[in-house]
Amino acid sequence: MPSKNSTKDLLETADKLRWELGENFHDALLESIYQDAAKISDVAITDTKDKPRRTWDTTLDKILTSRWTGFPTMFILLMGVFWVTISGANIPSAMLAEVLIDKLHPVLKGFTLEIGFPWWLSGILIDGMYLAMAWVISVMLPPMAIFFPIFTLLEDFGYLPRVAFNMDKLFRKAGAHGKQALTMAMGYGCNAAGVVATRIIDSPRERLIAIITNNFSLCNGRWPTQILIATLFIGALVPGAMASFIAAGSVVAIALLGVALTFLISWFLSRTFLKGEASSFSLELPPYRPPRILQTLYTSLIDRTIFVLWRAIVFAVPSGALIWLVANLQIGDVSVAEYFIENVDPVAMIFGLNGVILLAYIIAIPANEIVIPTILMLTVLSANLTGVGEGTGVMFELQDNQAYLSVLQAGGWTLLTAVNLMLFSLVHNPCSTTIYTIYKETGSLKWTIVSTFMPVIMGLAICFFVTQIWRLAAG
Amino acid sequence: MSNACETCPIHHSGNLKKLGVDMDSWDFVVALAGNPNVGKSTVFNALTGLRQHTGNWPGKTVSRAEGGFVYNEKRYKIVDLPGTYSLLSMSTDEEVARNFLLFGKPDVTVVVMDATRLERNLNLTLQILEITDRAVVCANLMDEAKRHSIEINVRKLSRELGVPVIPASARQGQGIPELLQAVDEVATGQYICKPHRIESGSRQLKSAIDKLVTKIEQQFSGLNNARWVALRLLEGDPQIIEAIKTGELQTLIGQNEIESQTVADLPG
Repeated sequence: MPSKNSTKDLLETADKLRWELGENFHDALLESIYQDAAKISDVAITDTKDKPRRTWDTTLDKILTSRWTGFPTMFILLMGVFWVTISGANIPSAMLAEVLIDKLHPVLKGFTLEIGFPWWLSGILIDGMYLAMAWVISVMLPPMAIFFPIFTLLEDFGYLPRVAFNMDKLFRKAGAHGKQALTMAMGYGCNAAGVVATRIIDSPRERLIAIITNNFSLCNGRWPTQILIATLFIGALVPGAMASFIAAGSVVAIALLGVALTFLISWFLSRTFLKGEASSFSLELPPYRPPRILQTLYTSLIDRTIFVLWRAIVFAVPSGALIWLVANLQIGDVSVAEYFIENVDPVAMIFGLNGVILLAYIIAIPANEIVIPTILMLTVLSANLTGVGEGTGVMFELQDNQAYLSVLQAGGWTLLTAVNLMLFSLVHNPCSTTIYTIYKETGSLKWTIVSTFMPVIMGLAICFFVTQIWRLAAG
Repeated sequence: MSNACETCPIHHSGNLKKLGVDMDSWDFVVALAGNPNVGKSTVFNALTGLRQHTGNWPGKTVSRAEGGFVYNEKRYKIVDLPGTYSLLSMSTDEEVARNFLLFGKPDVTVVVMDATRLERNLNLTLQILEITDRAVVCANLMDEAKRHSIEINVRKLSRELGVPVIPASARQGQGIPELLQAVDEVATGQYICKPHRIESGSRQLKSAIDKLVTKIEQQFSGLNNARWVALRLLEGDPQIIEAIKTGELQTLIGQNEIESQTVADLPG
């Protein structure tokens, strides 16, 4: 450990020398670095011929980042990605459900009973845990296996920085950092990853804004909810051929609403609690690179799809047990679930939601992925449907979309409920992993609480207004 | 591959064993540094067999990732650092890279450069060569340079920089065996680097630096880049001054040396 005196001596000497060297020493140093760099690169580079005046890169950049065509191409790309995802995911989803639920579930159930498991143990293990897992796999795996590779190909190609470039101006107007566009894009995969990615933003103020608003990027746990509800209720409004197109359009609309909220909240925060100027930065537009198809498929399947799926399963398994329990434990002569749903229903109706949805969101705090399975199971339970499902607390898979629709309609669902669920799915608290990540990254309990509760309140407010206006309009 | 290549020591099969994150001891530590989005993570993956997520945008790697490999019977730990434009700026996302290069004492620093943007990349390379005596430059993205009709004379570049320069296209796996060979030679001392030093202009500056370096080295043992600390002091960098006052500088030297964490890449 250096002694106090020698430290003081060192610093004093430095002070004296700095004085002698004069003020522009830093600039002089940088200049000599630049000079050396220029000299060396002159020596080392030989251009073989005249540079091609205009490569296809520059032409492409003209289209993708121009003021007039930048946003439309972005919109079309987004539309295309979702359209492919929605229309491609249905068939494999049904096939997975057929195997995991229709075939395997009765076999497992029969097996546990045969070897003498008590009914409750077999219930928790097979009807709760196993079915929750099977559900998550068949609902989530196909859309993720389509969405992530396409997204990763775009990323590998170099499109993301162009998005940031297009958005930069809007973010600056909102008083936020242009790089927030990149962290927002990361959030479309996983909000926890998006929150970690905000480390690329230097200023703590702008970073905090990026963290708080990252939740408005629909994460992959919420895409399946959006896609399913949009297909069931909104796509069904138009005839067959147009259905998946309209469904994709409504999902894009929700995603764009998320972007709008990101701007709005960023703007609000930077004018109130997190005041300050937007800092400038330089963003390098990387060259377009031909995506490596095989490697991209591999990384997007292993790093993203399987990783995310695994996380969903890890959370779904205990939640499955919990769902089975609330459906089977009795308060008086009704189950805990029914008790809760009945009591919360009147309140939920004010927001155009229902008790089932609220209970599902509480059970699904660990992971958004299990919202839809939980909702369906609870709906069957509270509507006392017979002939669907397989008994109290059993999560089931239904044969096709029409069957989902009839269950939900029997549970009192309307188009309004569907719209509100899509809105609430966009604007509600982050999942537990993201909340924990926010706490780790900000180190502040206060901002963690703000990021957690602000969206819930906003979501309820949005649903409330939509419901009131809807009901007024409907007379 | 022709026969001539197969007989070359670089291509001996079995020379490279990718270890992933399976590292408990190592002979040498290699740092991977460079500007953002030049392909550091791609080189990292090629060497370790890991699948650290790579993406075509600056800022993908925000925290350092570590992995390992065995080459020529030596165990290497390799640290993939976030991209940085400069060691002289104060931004926080560059801090991870800066601290490791300055205080982590890597045995070899591999500076990955974008061959299509040589001059800009050289700014950082020259700064890194200021603080280390053992470095290898990997001129990556040579395929893209070719596409843009840029030809780089690797020999001349190597002579100017005083360290080995390996042309590579890491995405295609080209140049990786040569890079390993160069890292091995520098690590084991077969290749002695004579890194380029920035012509620091006036005699006055040189003597000022020398004066400070002596004092710094007396006080902080184990610091391998007193020259850089001296430069920062002359610039009046408040962070460095604070670190000296509180003795934190000593802690930094120790910390980065023993700290060994593996950062799991989040999906997204």
